[in-house]
Amino acid sequence: MRYSALQILKEGLTGNRGWKPVWREPDPKPHYDVVVVGGGGHGIATAYYLTAVHGLTDVAVLEKSWLGSGNVGRNTTIIRSNYLLSGNEPFYELSMRLWEGLEQEINYNAMVSQRGIINLYHTDPQRDAAVRRGNAMILAGAGAVLLDREALRRQCPFLDFDNERFPIKGGLWQPRGGTVRHDAVVWGYARAADRRGVDVIQHCEVTGFDIRDGVCRGVETTRGAIAANKVAVCVAGSSSRVMALAGLRLPIESHVLQACVTEGLKPAIPGVITFGAGHFYVSQSDKGGLVFGGDIDGYNTYAQRGNLPTVEDVCEGGMALMPMIGRARVLRMWGGVVDMSMDGSPFIDRTPVTGLYFSGGWCYGGFKAAPAGGYCLAHLLATGTSHPVAAAMRLDRFASGAVIDEKGMGAQPNLH
Amino acid sequence: MIIDHPLLGPRDAAEFVYLGDASLIDRPDWQDEDAARQFHDYLHVRDNPAGEHRELWFHEHGDRSWLVVTRNTLTHEIIRVELARDVALSLGRGR
Repeated sequence: MRYSALQILKEGLTGNRGWKPVWREPDPKPHYDVVVVGGGGHGIATAYYLTAVHGLTDVAVLEKSWLGSGNVGRNTTIIRSNYLLSGNEPFYELSMRLWEGLEQEINYNAMVSQRGIINLYHTDPQRDAAVRRGNAMILAGAGAVLLDREALRRQCPFLDFDNERFPIKGGLWQPRGGTVRHDAVVWGYARAADRRGVDVIQHCEVTGFDIRDGVCRGVETTRGAIAANKVAVCVAGSSSRVMALAGLRLPIESHVLQACVTEGLKPAIPGVITFGAGHFYVSQSDKGGLVFGGDIDGYNTYAQRGNLPTVEDVCEGGMALMPMIGRARVLRMWGGVVDMSMDGSPFIDRTPVTGLYFSGGWCYGGFKAAPAGGYCLAHLLATGTSHPVAAAMRLDRFASGAVIDEKGMGAQPNLH
Repeated sequence: MIIDHPLLGPRDAAEFVYLGDASLIDRPDWQDEDAARQFHDYLHVRDNPAGEHRELWFHEHGDRSWLVVTRNTLTHEIIRVELARDVALSLGRGR
């Protein structure tokens, strides 16, 4: 069924009896051409682009829990392509372009809202860095606007411009950045992939890989063995655990990133504002809640929850930036387990095991990257070569020295 | 999290700075034949287990000692705390 305003009208007049389940619940077949492990944003997008771009339909996505139960439902929903390095920026700009056409392509309302993102700067050197980053963004077609103090004040009059410690001098604005309804992304991709014949299999956990003579021939799961010509693992947050089943150790540590949301408030914050110097970023959801977070807690964990000192630090950052939020009450807070790679950049690559492919190391930036991550992994699976915009995201880059040190800190907590 | 410091007693984890896997104590020998490969693994590759994890914490806002904390990464339960100095000496890394 194609979703449209006409369809809503028709169903509304006929008692809403015609709506169908959004995807099938198929049992796993014994063999697939491609098995994607992980039904998060990246896994489900990979399956979708395998069918939509490359015409492969013998594809399964295995999700150990329910769709959207992992990091795709635990992030702060921000999309942006404001990166600096040539190994990164074209990739994230591809992702932004895919976001811009996503809802029409998959016929699903993901509430993509390009309300803009502003990175604040507080000193002359930070302004220089913002100019350089903005130029890199413009070269990649992402667009960027340098806001001085007065231009920023017109957009965000509520900021504490004369803060003693970090007086605000301006910001780098990407008007095309914004937010997306995060679980609608995975539902929409799943529906679109399902309609093209992909088996989306929930509650099917991978417990091992069938590797013989260095070739991966399938996976063992809680619902039986499934053979496959190619296996792609997209389980960021748990990458080390899953890849250990294939005998691989990764340049990744798992850390927790916390986020909070307040009760619903009247519209106050126009877009996304990031205050890197104070470990704080914020946006306002369509329901009115202030969605905010800061940096990783800074110790290895798989617990999907953090500790209070980090929340306190984040809230202090918020109070320093916009004292007007002091009376807002935090409604919920949660944590997501993220793959922190050693240079802070992701991997989309083959592995030393033939037929086993890996996407991970997304650090705290996996959500916005899901469309391009899926697009590029599908390209690698279908064609055997890395997509040009993801060619630097290699698994062996710490041995070769070709790291992508966007921020030069990776997993090292005391550099954050 | 409360870290039971062997010298100072229970201290809030917020007083500490975290470094990572305690295998970082065991620095490879630069004169080994495959020192480049060993240093690659030492610097960049991690076991990253879900469960018990031995890790280095530095008591920056305290007595500035390095500790080896054994902690469960699924529950945040702290199982054992040792002075990193003792661990390093037991590995034969003292001069």
